Amino acid sequence: MTDAATLATALPVRSRARRRVSFRAVFGITVLLAMGGAALLAPQLAPWDPARQMLLKRLRPPAWEARGLREHPLGTDHLGRDILSRILYGGRISLAVSLSSVALAATLGVTLGLCAGFFGGRADAIIMRVVDVFLAIPYILLAMGVVFALGPSLLNVILVMGATRWVQFARIVRADVLSIREREFVVGARARGNRALRLLVRHVLPNALTPIIVVATLELAFMIIYESALSFLGLGVQPPTPTWGWMLADGRNYIATAWWLATFPGLAIMLTVLAVNLLGDWLRDRLDPRLTV
Amino acid sequence: MTSSPLLEVRGLAKRFEAGGGWLGRRRRVIRAVDGVTFALQPGETLGLVGESGCGKSTTGRLILRLIEPSAGQIRLEGRDLLALAPRELWAVRRRMQIVFQDPFGSLNPRMRVGRIIAEPLAIYDQADAAGRRRRVGELLELVGLEPAFAERYPHELSGGQRQRIGIAAALALEPALIVADEPVSALDVSVQAQVLNLLMDLRRRLGLTYLFISHDLHVVLHMSDRVAVMYLGEIVEIGPRDALLHEPRHPYTRGLLSAVPVADPTLRRERIVPIGEVASPLAMPSGCRFHPRCPFVMDRCRVEAPAPREVGAGHLAACHLLE
Amino acid sequence: MPPLLEVDGLQTQFVTGTGTVRAVDGVSFAIERGEVLGLVGESGCGKSVTSLSIMRLVPPPGRIAAGHIRLEGEDLLAKDAEAMRQVRGARIGMVFQEPMTSLNPVFSIGDQIASAALAHGGGGRAAAWERAVEMLQLVQVPSPGERVRDYPHQLSGGLRQRAMLALALVSGPRLLIADEPTTALDVTIQAQILDLLRRLQAERGMSVLMITHDLGVVAELCHRVAVIYAGRIVEMAPVARIFARPMHPYTQGLLRCLPHPSRFGQPLFSIEGVPPDLRRPPAGCRFAPRCPHVIESCRRAEPPLGEREPGHLVACPVLP
Repeated sequence: MTDAATLATALPVRSRARRRVSFRAVFGITVLLAMGGAALLAPQLAPWDPARQMLLKRLRPPAWEARGLREHPLGTDHLGRDILSRILYGGRISLAVSLSSVALAATLGVTLGLCAGFFGGRADAIIMRVVDVFLAIPYILLAMGVVFALGPSLLNVILVMGATRWVQFARIVRADVLSIREREFVVGARARGNRALRLLVRHVLPNALTPIIVVATLELAFMIIYESALSFLGLGVQPPTPTWGWMLADGRNYIATAWWLATFPGLAIMLTVLAVNLLGDWLRDRLDPRLTV
Repeated sequence: MTSSPLLEVRGLAKRFEAGGGWLGRRRRVIRAVDGVTFALQPGETLGLVGESGCGKSTTGRLILRLIEPSAGQIRLEGRDLLALAPRELWAVRRRMQIVFQDPFGSLNPRMRVGRIIAEPLAIYDQADAAGRRRRVGELLELVGLEPAFAERYPHELSGGQRQRIGIAAALALEPALIVADEPVSALDVSVQAQVLNLLMDLRRRLGLTYLFISHDLHVVLHMSDRVAVMYLGEIVEIGPRDALLHEPRHPYTRGLLSAVPVADPTLRRERIVPIGEVASPLAMPSGCRFHPRCPFVMDRCRVEAPAPREVGAGHLAACHLLE
Repeated sequence: MPPLLEVDGLQTQFVTGTGTVRAVDGVSFAIERGEVLGLVGESGCGKSVTSLSIMRLVPPPGRIAAGHIRLEGEDLLAKDAEAMRQVRGARIGMVFQEPMTSLNPVFSIGDQIASAALAHGGGGRAAAWERAVEMLQLVQVPSPGERVRDYPHQLSGGLRQRAMLALALVSGPRLLIADEPTTALDVTIQAQILDLLRRLQAERGMSVLMITHDLGVVAELCHRVAVIYAGRIVEMAPVARIFARPMHPYTQGLLRCLPHPSRFGQPLFSIEGVPPDLRRPPAGCRFAPRCPHVIESCRRAEPPLGEREPGHLVACPVLP
């Protein structure tokens, strides 16, 4: 090799493009930190016991309205319980449940999707038939069935939600893996001694991250609403433990007369979902070296 | 001069099933590779040339058992590769490596280049991190790149640089055999020259044996000691480079040679262009597979497949015209 | 008689976030009637952008920044969109590298050729269909009467390229722009297509702008050739002259780095380095950083394309 440091082999210059701080990341992280912090610190932050009924102060509007009371900034519900406190405590459940169930669904779904896509053949056929079965049954019905059998509790709710939504991950991951495994770098990795497990974990999975993150953020949003739905149907966590879903359910009847019962939990759900989606987008891009380096 | 061959391939075949076939109807079979036989001596370069669908890339992967053969025998350094248990095959993999065509697809986009090269070392030799880093530096220098390249991601590099990384990764375990599957086809002509020079240089310095696969006849002739011409899954002619260049015997070889555009307008060549299209492997012609396109076709060619016969020292061709 | 096509000082640029890419930076050439001009260069040199500019099909963020393009004396850059549409197909035909993406996959090739015939020639549906079959026969598609109903995916690469040619030629254009038409084809099919092109060109007295990276194709098909590097033409000459006596160091490098029967097995000459970044082209000669014959003045001023010998233009002052 001539040592005329051939320019063809010169180290490419890394354009240190000034990384503008991403709005999505800041918004997402801030909101989620705020939500998470509020949830964790609910006992310290909540002005009232969320289960305490103060019937003399039922259906009071938020403090800035005419009939509002200063000690109840967001108003009270039909049983005189403080809305703000219920939102803070309710966040604990909603966030905890949705995060756990997404984690469960993702673990189950990604693993099965990787196996189905990578190994093909019988494993693929079996897994995909199971996926088909799960998809055919309406998930609410499934959830109802399981909760009915096992009894409504926090753990059961998480299990049910995780065990019904794993299919979303499995399908997406399997589709991606089917194309990734044919790419030459995977074949090359096999030639250089990677065996199945290492191939899956070191080569296939990192390249399937993008759809996984996208689905995870969508599912997180979905889980929050799913939990609300289950609570609404009476299948979730039982009262008086507040969840945002329960609050929506209760507030449904008062939409016209006492809008604040349903609106604030709705806003809380919306903000959380928005933050999660934005953060997910940012994370997905951040993890792709082609976009960041 | 019969040192034992590094690689011996006998009757290698691969059949793919293509759709169709239910309720008793037979599935259509594609005979992508159909009875390929050759031997590679240590230090030799055998070129495998042919057009699309001839089975050359599949042959390369079959030899490395990256695809499972349907039939045939593969012996590497005397060991029967098809009889090996998975653990033994894994151990033998370090003796044979592959370099790919596509500089964009052949490197994991999420891994730094240094890690890609170091990975086989981590898997096989369990060398410590410092040792691996040193070796990666050596390998990068060997392919003409600075050690600082190790920190880069594939998308930051040019096509030629990526090919060099692919070569460095293939050399990490000091293999005896390298299958080069269209290693320069996706590169500009000036970069192609650099990479070809690199491959020749490495061959000389490290005593490598190459199976050089390409559709580009001139590149194959340039790099190889011997050349095998493939058509629809079979080798139609095989022999020393100069013999094929100056005395090609099979009509397809002659057609290929006359079809390649040469950058020399003064060269008057006999133009023997094969007629029509390459037949689909789903509808394999009877008798000699080349007969529908052959300008010299005889009746016999339509019914009987010709057997390879010796037409010179180490030079075989399969054609009825040679009798 | 003025040349069929005159390109004069063409500049085409792409405005991107990281700078303006001067993809074509002052390209001038002419094609006479019945002549085949090859435009040869490696990837990124601007040859495809030149052809797209002539057709005014440069995709955004690209734009033609300066220059003139005259077809039979008419200024193409002054035409409006409708007029340009008339030009494309009727007066300039174009054939691309990848026929699978340039033929509409949901229409049969007969439909596409017939539509083109109707658009530029009028007449009825039946007549257009017959024209389609005639064209397929002209490009030597076997059983044209049946093939005319085929869809692009049912045809092999070679047949698709023939269909593309038929589509390009149906309205009888005077100029055919062929952008790497055989690069994606097998070599024996490529030879057939080149033979076909040569025959059609001679029969119809058509001019062809042949864009390719393959000097062999140039030798087989072209009368004259222009070598383009980093957005500029560095050498232009009749084919026999340029292969016998290439005068620009880049052309010489290109020819020497090809594997050739006379030197199989020997180390290939290689051109050092990489092409310049066209967002910040160097002052002076663009090839200077890679040139084995570079002298100081090369880096200061861009050498003009001068006529060294009759018909042979070179942009390099150094070589005798």
